[in-house]
Amino acid sequence: MTNEKLLINKSVKGRNAYNFPPLDVKPAKALNEKLKRLDEAILPEVSELDLVRHFSKLSTMAFGVDFGFYPLGSCTMKYNPKVNERLTSFDGFTNIHPLQDEDTVQGCLKIYYEMIKDLCEISGMDWGTLQPCAGAHGEYTGLKIIRSYFMDKNEPQRNIILIPESAHGTNPASAHMNGFDIRIVKSNERGLVDLEDLKKNLKSDVAGIMLTNPNTLGLFEVDILKISKLVHQAGGLLYYDGANMNAIMGKARPRDMGFDVVHFNLHKTFSTPHGGGGPGSGPVLFVDKLKKFVPVPDVIFENGRYSLDWEKEDSLGKVSSFYGNFLVIVKAYAYILSMGCDGLKSASEHAVLNANYMRVKLMQKYKVAYDRICMHEFVLSLQDLKNSTGVSALDISKSLLDRGYHPPTMYFPMIVHEALMFEPTETESLQVMDECCNVILDLYEKAKANPEELKKAPFKTVIGRVDEVLAARNPVLKG
Amino acid sequence: MYSYIPHTSGDEEKMLDTIGVNSIDELFVDLKEGGCLLKDYLKINEGISEEEVIRKIKRLANMNEQGTSFLGAGVYDHIIPSAVLSLASLPGFVTSYTPYQAEISQGILQAFFEFQTMICNLTSLPVSNATLYDGGSAAAEAASLILSSKRACNEIIVSSTVSPFYLECIKTWITGTGNNLVLLPEKDGVSDFDCLESLITDKTAGVMVQTPNKYGFFEDLTGVSSIVHSFKGLFAISSDPLSLTIQKSQGQWGADIAIGDTQSLGIPMAFGGPTAGYMAVNSSLMRKIPGRIVGQTVDNQGKVAYVLTLQAREQHIKRERATSNICSNEALISIMNVIYTSQLGFKGMREAALQSRSKAQYLLEGLDKLSFVNIKKRDFFLEFPVEFDSKERMEKFLLALKKKGIFGGVRLYQLTKKKEDEATILVAVTEKRTKEEMDEYLEIVGGLEND
Repeated sequence: MTNEKLLINKSVKGRNAYNFPPLDVKPAKALNEKLKRLDEAILPEVSELDLVRHFSKLSTMAFGVDFGFYPLGSCTMKYNPKVNERLTSFDGFTNIHPLQDEDTVQGCLKIYYEMIKDLCEISGMDWGTLQPCAGAHGEYTGLKIIRSYFMDKNEPQRNIILIPESAHGTNPASAHMNGFDIRIVKSNERGLVDLEDLKKNLKSDVAGIMLTNPNTLGLFEVDILKISKLVHQAGGLLYYDGANMNAIMGKARPRDMGFDVVHFNLHKTFSTPHGGGGPGSGPVLFVDKLKKFVPVPDVIFENGRYSLDWEKEDSLGKVSSFYGNFLVIVKAYAYILSMGCDGLKSASEHAVLNANYMRVKLMQKYKVAYDRICMHEFVLSLQDLKNSTGVSALDISKSLLDRGYHPPTMYFPMIVHEALMFEPTETESLQVMDECCNVILDLYEKAKANPEELKKAPFKTVIGRVDEVLAARNPVLKG
Repeated sequence: MYSYIPHTSGDEEKMLDTIGVNSIDELFVDLKEGGCLLKDYLKINEGISEEEVIRKIKRLANMNEQGTSFLGAGVYDHIIPSAVLSLASLPGFVTSYTPYQAEISQGILQAFFEFQTMICNLTSLPVSNATLYDGGSAAAEAASLILSSKRACNEIIVSSTVSPFYLECIKTWITGTGNNLVLLPEKDGVSDFDCLESLITDKTAGVMVQTPNKYGFFEDLTGVSSIVHSFKGLFAISSDPLSLTIQKSQGQWGADIAIGDTQSLGIPMAFGGPTAGYMAVNSSLMRKIPGRIVGQTVDNQGKVAYVLTLQAREQHIKRERATSNICSNEALISIMNVIYTSQLGFKGMREAALQSRSKAQYLLEGLDKLSFVNIKKRDFFLEFPVEFDSKERMEKFLLALKKKGIFGGVRLYQLTKKKEDEATILVAVTEKRTKEEMDEYLEIVGGLEND
């Protein structure tokens, strides 16, 4: 394979790839001179075929779930059903303007309403919003709701969010954006929240705790009921980061664990494609007492008719321009219809089965960070391998690229040294996992026999390892 | 067995055997021990076949009504060339995630790099990220960026003519952070810059405006950047990117930050989302801008390569000290945007902009003949406000059009919730509308003269 030139470098002055219908009214008078653009922005001038070949080529230089196994931990890279893409191409969705009269958008509103209901059932919560466009956006919104709750209760001194040291980086970042300070809760030797440390940190300044359950090590917080009781007794609320929801659909509900607010990632758990990093969708669900803070507009169903309620006095306001990533929501809604209560439960069961199978297979040679039954993902520590051979988690990952696999998540969570986090998801078969495990086990032997070779990997990709230091030190950010 | 779950019962047995447990239930031992295991099924219907899903969703799509749209206020019915959706549906783009592994993600990274280049060239600013969620969140992130840029300054001045929904997002972001939003008043449909200096205090971190503004009018920003820079503040301008082909770009007005929504660049209306937000900044803000950024570098053989860069700004490295919490953004939308702008080129985009403007002008002239409306004469892009002599008349007007399948305009009150906007609509016209459609519009509303 070779590199692809920038499209601008294939540009030929005067070439054209699109014709508009001729203007059928008289041209508008010229814009006031002082408002006029001063130059012509440089953009490609190519034929439609040039354009098609360029982007088709680029698309082949991007590894997706459709090409191979993608066990990227914490990201739930499951199969994205083709039917869902087809459904969102219906012009009854794509041609709808967000500010049409409500009686002309009953289909959209019904999907919104029913989606919130379904997500409430899956989470155990009472109501929610679909406005956030991604997981971190959901975290931001959920924490804003917690913030609004304590302002409303006249407890502004509750300014601390507790976060376990194994948490996703978005958790502290979202809390900080909401004006909270962060206090870290330690993990115990089992990789779970340390109850004693939690108790020490639970003071009257605590607004709440953000937890992922199962946590980022793929372990279920067995003491969750004790944790939620302690936090509630201290006057705080519990926030559930739904990044790992794929482990427990239909098996357990955040509400029953004592959580007050949750966000889901429709692009993880509910099969909508990741699209190279979005568009996602990060719905937020919550308990009744937080309902009045819901972002506007809220969707309501009365007398057989759906409508949008913009006039909510205590609402936290808006978090996106309109109503969130509607087409993503349609795909997730269709996924829930396809799977049903039985299929969702089965998905989580098989996600957990797959993770445990891979874990046991890889433990033939590798060391797992916490040796116990895991949920939908697990973390290896390659520290021993690195000590003995010099081959790192990065080297193993780069070697996997040559074998046609997307590597697992590297160097996360930070509490595990030389971490590799695997999440196979339920849509992968035994045979796919067997082949991949054999490769990873083989790499272990290669690391022992010829470590220098692995440190230079990959060899078969379009490019070799990139100079990231140069990129950051001497930024070239445009062509 | 469900269609997306490949396991046969034989597979399951083999796997359980390897793990050393007797049943899948045993794998959920911690849930049981923790007292969290759900006993009943969720109250959701059982799964259905693909064909039944299609039938059901099609029925819902058909419950919506499509019309000839003159609606705007941030989302516009522009022409989208066929290649955009076709290319953006390729599986490498759709089914990949954030390109953490550069060696197998060069195509995605290069597409983002070309998107950044396009945004930089349109805005005349040197640094662009690879999208934010939408125009509203981009405005809010820009406000955060401004407020974090100047020590001990906790006020931002935002023009009242910024899109009301963007303003709502900014308010949400600012609430509870100890910062203040100060509104610059409007006069005659545009920002009243005569007031600007009087609003500036030693707490002011910067100023944000929008052009075309919430009414669709162009703002004359002559001299504004000098005022803002004279107190070392930051100046942000929000613009519809298509309008930048005819009006001065943010960089040309002297702005430090350019933001907006990319829906007008090849993205369907889709009930408002997904779209994408864009943000470009001057070099001094390069290490503070939120979101993913792709840089060009070389690989170990010296070959040109692309990689996510300047990650020391981001949440997965900096955690609570990150410049934003953003992780997933609107990557696939940016690819649609850059396919659109590459297909049209600058000339094609300008034609879309000019045709929209010409057609809007045509409709405005027709509407201006009506005795019951008042239309301000200002420089506008493709959208303009029409004020009626009463709210009742406005509703009659919209209803008459709707009966003929025409969505005649957005009620301004729906955006602002202000009493004084109760009898005003915003009418948007794109290059997609035809003279025939506009003549029908004018004929229908002309019939209301005799009411």
